[in-house]
Amino acid sequence: MELLETSGISKSYDSREVIRDISVRLAEGEIVSLLGLSGSGKTTLLNIISGLVRPDAGKVFLSGTDITGRPGQVSYMLQKDLLLEHKRVMDNVTLPLVIRGMKKEEAAKQANVYFEQFGLAGTEKMYPAQLSGGMRQRAALLRTYLASHGVVLLDEPFSALDMITKGQMHRWYLEVARKIGLSTLLITHDVDEAIMLSDRIYLLTGTPGEIRHEIRVPANRDDRKDFDLKPEFLKCKQEIREILRA
Amino acid sequence: MNRRSESIRNKLLPAGALCLLVLVWWGLAASGVIPNYMLPSPADVFGAFIRDFPVLLSHAGVSLTEAAYGLGIGTLLAFALACAMDRFALLEKAGLPLLVITQTIPTVAIAPLLVLWMGFGMEPKITLVVITTFFPIAIGLLDGFKRADPDAVALLKSMNATRGQIFRHVKLPAALPHFFSGLRVSASYAVVGAVIAEWLGGFEGLGVYMTRVRKAYAFDKMFAVIILVVIVSLLLMKLVSIIRNAAMPWLRYRQEGTGSN
Repeated sequence: MELLETSGISKSYDSREVIRDISVRLAEGEIVSLLGLSGSGKTTLLNIISGLVRPDAGKVFLSGTDITGRPGQVSYMLQKDLLLEHKRVMDNVTLPLVIRGMKKEEAAKQANVYFEQFGLAGTEKMYPAQLSGGMRQRAALLRTYLASHGVVLLDEPFSALDMITKGQMHRWYLEVARKIGLSTLLITHDVDEAIMLSDRIYLLTGTPGEIRHEIRVPANRDDRKDFDLKPEFLKCKQEIREILRA
Repeated sequence: MNRRSESIRNKLLPAGALCLLVLVWWGLAASGVIPNYMLPSPADVFGAFIRDFPVLLSHAGVSLTEAAYGLGIGTLLAFALACAMDRFALLEKAGLPLLVITQTIPTVAIAPLLVLWMGFGMEPKITLVVITTFFPIAIGLLDGFKRADPDAVALLKSMNATRGQIFRHVKLPAALPHFFSGLRVSASYAVVGAVIAEWLGGFEGLGVYMTRVRKAYAFDKMFAVIILVVIVSLLLMKLVSIIRNAAMPWLRYRQEGTGSN
């Protein structure tokens, strides 16, 4: 059974159809990208999956349970890291647990285990302004992970980072996702990023946005070192670019 | 220019301007352009300040008490009203214009009415301070609530946070800098408000003392009171800044920008 699944999602704003009949699925431990140009309705779809927005048609299922329009079931990381500047890093990452009613100490105990794994050891008592861009993203990802039921939705999480830091974050994310068995639905407009990180890629094209193509990345996720220099990567990139240009 | 020398320059500039102002004052008094009984020299004022310091201090204690009560009540009222207006849009639409109207009424016009209604005790003074200090805090808070990052609110909604949790974790912290800006302005209004209310009647306080020395044409003592009011107002504003820095320690790091990639 799929961990996360949408079936026939459609949504209009002011009688303008933004997305039509979108069906995606995400298996346990899988990383799937939703790739599309600006304005193709990627963020609308993520808002619907996270429960922030109700679709006009279609359903969202998490482990077979209908979670349509129910926030708090799938955790969501937006383009900005959205760390709360007034809270220390530990309080930021444990916020979803505290909101669910967990005691602060207990939440900190649960989060502590992951600080090292997420490369954040020693930052627990710091404020976000004391962290580098990459560390801020990692803290936001840890918060997203702690809020999740094993599924995270990422909306262009690395777009604000410079090229070097972005590359480091990609390698780190693949490793951490493998270690903790994280299932990820990633939104991006960066073709390279989608190929580097994903098992499969959905291409959201047209107006209203529809999924007409699904591409399987021709390499195992454990074998992505210098993958962007290999012919398979370039061939995959060429295929995607042709579809997006059409 | 490095940060340290910039900070020194920022402190020296206003100190220099103040020294220049005192020098001009001194020059005017010494030259006799303005008669000494109308504009006493800084030395005369300083002398009166030192001689009357114990009396000034006891009157200042009363004015400060009124200012503190008024500022405290004004802050609580402003906080409650701003929260209610943020929660109920209808209340904001109906109440905000009224709030603005209250601020167009001159303090000196409403003070005699307050004395007539409440007598010569502390009550009318405290009420006047409440009226003058309440507005900047309420408007500051309301503005701050509105400036909360909508993406951060969306993030908390995606975590299924309640309205109260969103208020506590996002809106209130976002409004804190605006609250303290309003409080700083109100702190400076508080002492002035108390002194104005005391002009119109009472037994103690800097305003009462000022009325007495005015009747005696003791201009040096009047200037001494004005200087004390300025000093007390500045100290109150400094106190608000200290509380602000203690309440928002994260701002220090934001200003320093210690993060790097």
